[in-house]
Amino acid sequence: MYSENRKTEAKNLLPGATGDWELVIGLEVHAQVISKAKLFSGSPADFGGAPNDHVSFVDAAMPGMLPVINKKCVEQAIRTGLGLKAKINCKSVFDRKNYFYPDLPQGYQISQFKQPIVGEGQVQLDLEDGSSVTIGIERLHLEQDAGKSLHDKADGLSHVDLNRSGVALMEIVSYPDIRSIEEAKAYVSKLRSILRYLGTCDGNMDQGSMRADVNVSVRRPGAPFGTRCEIKNVNSIRFMGQAIAYEAARQIDILEDGGEILQETRLFDPNHGETRSMRSKEEAHDYRYFPDPDLPPLEFEQSWVDEIAATLPELPDEKKARFIKELGLSAYDADVLVSDREAADYYEAVADGVEAKAAANWVINEVFGRMNKMGLSFADIPVPPQANTAILRMVAVSEISGKIAKELFDIIWNEGGDPVKIVDERGLKQVSDTGALEKIIDELIAANPDKAAEVKQKPKMIGWFVGQVMQASKGKANPQMVNQILRKKLI
Amino acid sequence: MAVDQATVRRIAHLARIAVTDDEVEHLEGELNAILQWVEQLRQVGTSDVEPMTSVVHVQREMRPDEVTDGGYPEKIVANAPLRDGHYFTVPKVVE
Amino acid sequence: MTDLTALTIAAARKGLEAGDFTALELTDAYLDAVDDAATLNAFITPTPEKARQMAKASDARLSRGEAGALEGIPLGIKDLFCTSGVLTTAGSHILDGFTPGYESFITANLWNAGAVLLGKLNMDEFAMGSSNETSYYGNVINPWRRSGDETALVPGGSSGGSAAAVAARLCAAATGTDTGGSIRQPASFTGLVGLKPTYGRCSRWGIVAFASSLDQAGPLTRDVRDAAIMTGVMAGFDPMDSTSINKDVPDYEAALSSDIRGLKVGIPREYRVEGMAGEISQMWQRGADWLKSAGAEIIEVSLPNTHLALPAYYIVAPAEASSNLARYDGVKYGLRAEGEDITSMYENTRAAGFGAEVKRRVMIGTYVLSAGYYDAYYLKAQQVRTLIKNDFDKVFETVDMLLTPTTPNAAFAPGEITDPVTMYLNDVFTVTANLAGLPGISIPAALSGEGLPLGLQLIGKPFDEQTLLRTAGVLEEAAGFDAVPGKWWVEK
Ligand SMILES: [Mg+2]
Ligand SMILES: [Zn+2]
Repeated sequence: MYSENRKTEAKNLLPGATGDWELVIGLEVHAQVISKAKLFSGSPADFGGAPNDHVSFVDAAMPGMLPVINKKCVEQAIRTGLGLKAKINCKSVFDRKNYFYPDLPQGYQISQFKQPIVGEGQVQLDLEDGSSVTIGIERLHLEQDAGKSLHDKADGLSHVDLNRSGVALMEIVSYPDIRSIEEAKAYVSKLRSILRYLGTCDGNMDQGSMRADVNVSVRRPGAPFGTRCEIKNVNSIRFMGQAIAYEAARQIDILEDGGEILQETRLFDPNHGETRSMRSKEEAHDYRYFPDPDLPPLEFEQSWVDEIAATLPELPDEKKARFIKELGLSAYDADVLVSDREAADYYEAVADGVEAKAAANWVINEVFGRMNKMGLSFADIPVPPQANTAILRMVAVSEISGKIAKELFDIIWNEGGDPVKIVDERGLKQVSDTGALEKIIDELIAANPDKAAEVKQKPKMIGWFVGQVMQASKGKANPQMVNQILRKKLI
Repeated sequence: MAVDQATVRRIAHLARIAVTDDEVEHLEGELNAILQWVEQLRQVGTSDVEPMTSVVHVQREMRPDEVTDGGYPEKIVANAPLRDGHYFTVPKVVE
Repeated sequence: MTDLTALTIAAARKGLEAGDFTALELTDAYLDAVDDAATLNAFITPTPEKARQMAKASDARLSRGEAGALEGIPLGIKDLFCTSGVLTTAGSHILDGFTPGYESFITANLWNAGAVLLGKLNMDEFAMGSSNETSYYGNVINPWRRSGDETALVPGGSSGGSAAAVAARLCAAATGTDTGGSIRQPASFTGLVGLKPTYGRCSRWGIVAFASSLDQAGPLTRDVRDAAIMTGVMAGFDPMDSTSINKDVPDYEAALSSDIRGLKVGIPREYRVEGMAGEISQMWQRGADWLKSAGAEIIEVSLPNTHLALPAYYIVAPAEASSNLARYDGVKYGLRAEGEDITSMYENTRAAGFGAEVKRRVMIGTYVLSAGYYDAYYLKAQQVRTLIKNDFDKVFETVDMLLTPTTPNAAFAPGEITDPVTMYLNDVFTVTANLAGLPGISIPAALSGEGLPLGLQLIGKPFDEQTLLRTAGVLEEAAGFDAVPGKWWVEK
């Protein structure tokens, strides 16, 4: 945790009319817990459903209804805490946060205030310039999601659907350690990646499974923290960048004009790329937190925490270190491959039995390249990892050329099939038969005496002949052998 | 700590209860009488006393993660003063 | 035929089993009594059709020899318990027309045991009150009157409808809830036995919440045996209530015996409050003597923080209530008063839907939780609660039980007490058991000089309802209280 003490590197300072400013950012990320049922009731937690269909009497706050905690949600919070290298509190307390809102049926949200389930932890960011910073986590707590109000179904009315009401959220609060938009984006990406590795949140920002409240302030370099504004419910990494940029500029303008920042809640409007004050909602907010008398303190044994710890998967930082150290990948390639658990899993499946670096190149350029170009997700990749392994193995033993490998990948992407069989059936094997190759080459030399003469002067021109041979063999000629024969005959 | 009429109005708004001027006057007196009466607690030394969290302390099993409820939207909105299909409806909320 | 409504549960059970009368006859006798007693205003919603239907089903089970523990016994249910398909109001206008789609854990237990629902009983609004003057559905009138005086009296509260109904023989027994004395005080005012079990003994699921950490349901009955029978059915573990305790329910009725030899009974010095009426302290002394002659040892004990209990209660209970009642906002059920925007809809709805006492408590509760006051009020009160609990833990190292009066006075007239704080003092002896989560029982022990019932209270160790009931039985036998109110309310 750096908090106030962390300095901003010169390149991240924001120039103002009267000198440089430091940007200070803290993030509260709401992540929806992956579970079947809601945090305190037995109704389904998944997205969708007809209006008020995923709702029990408990979720609708009917009189006399009581909350009972879902064990899986607690386990997921512990798992996430462990993944953030955080302190797990074996005793925590649920509090009521009291306010009136139509999508908050109880008139309070059950959350954790003074004693959260998870305490201090950390997230390491590897930035594009190769540097690393560690962002401190202040806490993680469990709380209920609210329902949804729809404002445009009828004039003068809002429609309330409580399907989301009571779904479990983890609120992950960072220290104000973040000093640039790039870091903020890297932080959310990294957090998302960790949660997805852990299987505790699907990280789907479009659906709202992950959204961030962004606390932004500016200060003169090294000065005490300035007054912050909280931008609520930002639901994409790109919008977050825009919101911070707008908000920082707004605050610097005010301060440079001799004004003061008003601590307030603001809303980012993606249509206009600006933040707006939510003063109407802020007015008279006094949440009157107190321990929920319907729920005894949440207590569990350390042994349960240890059990969960034993099932933790290898996380991106560890995986990256292993890829670099044991597989000899570059930091860049390792970063790309570990950013997503599915990417890493796919890569590791491909690399099983072939050279690691070649596999990394192949997966990043051919597989993920095409996936991204087509806007697909990992689950949609039509080529199983084993097919790639087979292709790479054939390349490694010179059974097929690199060019054929790509064609083969194309075929399997579009039609499926077993790469080895396809190579056999369609005669895609490299021609390594000296006699056959010499025949093609002799014909070419005979047909192009002037070029042959040129090669004697400029040996680099040999490439032209290689290309011609490849063309004539429909890419199947073994390029190394072609080279050898050409050299022998021409130079 | 005495409450004045402005405080009574602030509290009434926090509690979302409309109050008339007349009620504010009454409530000011009544709330002060009650607050004055509970004031005696202040004289008790409690610096090292744990606040009560649950009066009968027993560790309970947590609920298994199973979908056992929901799926009856008609019952959910059956008592609603105003509804549209299976939605509750309220005066338009402006953000 | 004898007046069937005069029978206790135990007696009615015997008669039903012997075939002396049918469940339908028993129910009809009560329904007639309910019809005759409109003056008392004990019922908000009588359910005669449902009652007769249930009674017929009971008769069928009785004839098949499948009788449950309360087979065919007509009960009244405090209108704080949600009953599926039956209007449930909590005595408040704000729950206007609310018909739950679910049945409370406790009432479900009662119906499973064969009991018959006669109707929903009047009560102080959201159980806030000690005199049943705060119900939106009007005051409940105590069937008891002072000798030679026709002044109407309050039945106590908040389970005032339950108390009046059982005392006037409008039902065999009733459910109540007790947050600060709301079962025991009305029981004392109406000559009944009222038991508040240990916190967590009875599930709160499906009971409209007042103050979650204090609320506990229990029975109001004619005698101790009936209290044992009712508690046995009402109690039990409920996985749907996180504060319900997973402990077996003992056979309370079997635990009744007059043997309390060697029992150590504490007399808490601090309950001897200034200005206590002579007849109350005499009754208290007599109670101690009865227990002593039954073989118990009487020991004076000290609960030094007793005087802090009521002020702590009047912070904790309103604080929890202010939050529990936030759900009544005109959106999902109950009353809605329109407004030009959402906030004024809320404010108008809650202004129109809540009565004065509820508003007062919601305001106090909101205030003591608000920014800057939490530590001084709410936290402090919860710390004091720990002190009070510690007092009890300490005396229970030397005694098994405590004996006190239930109330500092007998029933009074409606409108007689207008100052809220004076009204709150009614709970001075009962509220400590709620703060500490302990079981308490009130037993009618004497008639006041004016001819009104007075109750003695026993407070027991957590989950020791058996010893509490057994000792209550000894007091009951010794007191021989058999007075009943004259049926002045029946129009000739
Ligand atoms: Mg937040
Ligand atoms: Zn939150």
